[in-house]
Amino acid sequence: MGSTMSVREIAVRAYREGLPALSASLVGGLLAGVVLGGMRAELAAIDGLLVLVPALLATRGNVYGSLGARIATALHQGFLVPRVREADDRLLRAVAAAIANGLLASAFAAVVATAALAWLSRPAAGLPVLVAVALLSGFLSGIALATTVVVVVFAGFRRGYNPDTLVGPLVTTAGDVFGMAALLIAARLVIWGVA
Amino acid sequence: MARTAWTVRAITRAMLPVLLVLTTIEIGSGLVLSSFEAELLAYPSLLILVPVTIGTAGNLGSILAARLSTAFHLGTLSFDARDDRLLGNAVATVALALSVFPVIGVGAWGLGVLTGGPALPVTTVLGVAVISGAALSVLAVAVTLVATYVAYRLELDPDDVVIPVVTNVCDVLGVVVLFVVVQLLV
Repeated sequence: MGSTMSVREIAVRAYREGLPALSASLVGGLLAGVVLGGMRAELAAIDGLLVLVPALLATRGNVYGSLGARIATALHQGFLVPRVREADDRLLRAVAAAIANGLLASAFAAVVATAALAWLSRPAAGLPVLVAVALLSGFLSGIALATTVVVVVFAGFRRGYNPDTLVGPLVTTAGDVFGMAALLIAARLVIWGVA
Repeated sequence: MARTAWTVRAITRAMLPVLLVLTTIEIGSGLVLSSFEAELLAYPSLLILVPVTIGTAGNLGSILAARLSTAFHLGTLSFDARDDRLLGNAVATVALALSVFPVIGVGAWGLGVLTGGPALPVTTVLGVAVISGAALSVLAVAVTLVATYVAYRLELDPDDVVIPVVTNVCDVLGVVVLFVVVQLLV
């Protein structure tokens, strides 16, 4: 029983339960870091791009974590069939809502970043460039993440895994990697389009 | 428990306001990051540390917040400094940070060397990672306790409020701590 556990037992149990999720996100975080490390040319070319990085990564985690949690609850309650082929309108609407909110938050991040940089008199690439990068990266990572969350959570559920514990590490890992990769592609496309 | 209907409008109404507030907070973290852009661009291993430090700080907070939230729902949590459950979970959070941040430091250094660019000594990158991680785990415990306590006093469901707030606040602290430690060590 919980009430008779010592501090040491509580700590050991919390440690063991936390380590797998943290290790998964460590791998995703380092991979995302390699992409960011390889983006030095783009970061130098687009002033203000680095300001967007934490906001865009967090948006991926917040939006698709929420989508994953919603799907997990629906699977537990039995009102969603865990098969992509049998996807109904509700699932499509939940995915559409996630992508739409991701795009809105991304564009909003570009607007706030531009305003903050102007207020601090720091260099910025300009609103159209930052909004274009934010929207493109939000769209690319949104398609990749929505697909990953639905496919992996469905497959995990069919194999008997608890979708609640699957969603957290999955979204942090895939969110970091796809989020950074999409940002790199978006930055290159916008630089190529402007040049 | 009432669930949000599965329509684009209902989901957006439930999610967007919080999302925009969190996005604004994260722009603050981006501004801190861009204030040491020169150091980050000069050393790829420091740039590699950024997403993993932010992510791990957020995860340390969210794992603790989820555990305290469950304990809170089960009625096994009290806000007393002598509460065994609080203390045990706080100790586990610091121990988790001290286990993963050395791996993060060596990993970021190694990947920085592999992907080219000017390299910092391994001890410097390891030092930045471990000191940042130790400081962040203590901050994550403090932020989670305060957020869970505030949710409890305001009678909010900690599942809805505490986890996103703690995750994003820890993200920001991740960047701030990294900035301070880089100024001290690099």
